[in-house]
Amino acid sequence: MDPVIRIENLQKEYETDAGPVPVLKGMDLSIYPGEFLSIMGPSGSGKSTFMNILGCLDVPTAGKYFLSGRDVGTLNSDQLAKLRNEVIGFVFQGFNLLPRANLEDNVALPLVYCNVQKAERAERARGMLDKVGLAKYPESFPNQISGGQQQRVAIARALVNRPELILADEPTGNLDTKTSGEIMHLFRQLNEEGITIVLVTHEPDIATYAKRLVKFLDGRLIYDGEVSEAHS
Amino acid sequence: MTMQMLIEAWRAMGANRLRTFLTMLGMVIGVSAVVLMLAIGQGAQYSVDQSISSMGSNLFIILSGSSTSGGLRMGSGAIPTLTVADAQAIGELPEISAVAPAVPGIAQVVYGSNNWSTSVYGTTPAYLTVRNWTVAKGYPFTDSDVRSATRVALLGQTVVDNLFGDEDPINKTIRIKQSPYLVIGVLGAKGQSLDGRDQDDTIIIPVTTAQRKLFGTQFQGTVRFIMSQAASAQLMPEAEKAMTALLRQRHHIQEGAESDFTIRNLTALMNTAAQATKVMSIMLGAIASISLLVGGIGIMNIMLVSVTERTREIGIRVAIGARQRDILMQFLMEAVIISISGCTVGVLLGVGGAALVNRIAEIAVVITGASILMAFMVAACVGVFFGFYPARKAALLKPIDALRYQ
Repeated sequence: MDPVIRIENLQKEYETDAGPVPVLKGMDLSIYPGEFLSIMGPSGSGKSTFMNILGCLDVPTAGKYFLSGRDVGTLNSDQLAKLRNEVIGFVFQGFNLLPRANLEDNVALPLVYCNVQKAERAERARGMLDKVGLAKYPESFPNQISGGQQQRVAIARALVNRPELILADEPTGNLDTKTSGEIMHLFRQLNEEGITIVLVTHEPDIATYAKRLVKFLDGRLIYDGEVSEAHS
Repeated sequence: MTMQMLIEAWRAMGANRLRTFLTMLGMVIGVSAVVLMLAIGQGAQYSVDQSISSMGSNLFIILSGSSTSGGLRMGSGAIPTLTVADAQAIGELPEISAVAPAVPGIAQVVYGSNNWSTSVYGTTPAYLTVRNWTVAKGYPFTDSDVRSATRVALLGQTVVDNLFGDEDPINKTIRIKQSPYLVIGVLGAKGQSLDGRDQDDTIIIPVTTAQRKLFGTQFQGTVRFIMSQAASAQLMPEAEKAMTALLRQRHHIQEGAESDFTIRNLTALMNTAAQATKVMSIMLGAIASISLLVGGIGIMNIMLVSVTERTREIGIRVAIGARQRDILMQFLMEAVIISISGCTVGVLLGVGGAALVNRIAEIAVVITGASILMAFMVAACVGVFFGFYPARKAALLKPIDALRYQ
């Protein structure tokens, strides 16, 4: 089976006034369809940079990144936008919903950018809200619901265009323990339905929801294996 | 997609109503100023054009005079040197389409118990052609009236109003300097001339009648001036040369000697007036355009603020698949909506203002579909032009920078 994500010798440097600072120092990683992978590591270990590159929001300094078989380095900005729209679903720590749009419109937003007609957009958005347990409030606005509910809306938005891959950057970072558990259950359920999930977290018990664990330290991959083994 | 963008733009504008309103106000003022100024400028041009066409087109006036006899120089027309025969000779030039000699004077006119002092022109029927004048009621006099010097008169509208009131003047007899004249026609109203004279305050009689019976002449057959009309505007310079040559020959003026007449090109004078009005309306338009420009800069300013404020929103949109052109269109759309709706209100205000100016200042205003269309197009262009830079700035934001922006 071909990997959804294949990374070869991925490197990233940031230009600063004091010269280039390496953040990712050569990484190799393959993620296969149906995997549920969590990435852990201390602050500054390169987790977020790695996620931004996976999400086609940032470009590597060197190395190759293949996303469902396509070499991302050769694509132009429109093709990258299409990948973000159709292949990837993002879930952020800060939810990142549009405050002026109601929940249904927030969920339907990715469909606007791939020219889905209004009626179908509404139908699919409501379907997704139903899936994450928020079918009752399509007309509400983000500031009228709780943090956990907002994250559910964000997940519904990530799912609405039927992506192969969900990228979640600290999705429970702003939530309490109980709500975090509920969100992670939702991720696990989605994974069981066949969606590949890559999750960044710094909480060990959140990482245990995943099947595979990868640890970063100082821009390098230092562990790749079963979740349970890492804790033993 | 477009519909969705309109909704998004509406939402974004609704989120900060006061700011949107103030931005729009810049456009409203700019556009209404342009519409109003164009209306006033075109109104002025219209008035001048009216005056020119009421005067008659391609006109020359030939004045007798410029005599040096006795070392005392007299003004134009002081010494009668032009004759009816000169006028007839001019009329035979190929460049000239119509010619009319004139013997003017001021006379007291009486009908019943009313009397009125007015200018009386003795001339030929061609005068009506040259001055582009119509007869509203009755008939004009004919060449046979001129030959036999009959006492008939055409009255201007002002004279009719003052002597007859509501009474029908046709076939009534008036007295000009004690002598009876039969009113055979009433001239169509012309209104004021460019210099503000009432052109309808006049009476026209056959030239021979004026020469022999009303005013008398120093010498047999002389006239004060001759009006002539060139066949076309292009022929004006040749016509002037031909008339000068002809009259110098007829008056036996030697090479190098000063002419005893002066030819004035009335149309040239008129064109100068028209030119001045044109310059004025262009200037009004230009000044108004500056306010439109300022309105446009206002839009750009606000859009730049808006882009900065919504950096995070742009990041979110990019992360879920918006292309650069989607972001560009979104912001451009907002700018264009602001400018177009500002323009709509501006046009309404401008038209209203023009109507008000027309009512209060009694200045002619002309609003054409073309000027409104132009205002709209300029406003749309201003929206696109000044909206483009901020929109492009938004579209070119790096996704991760935009997402991280707090």
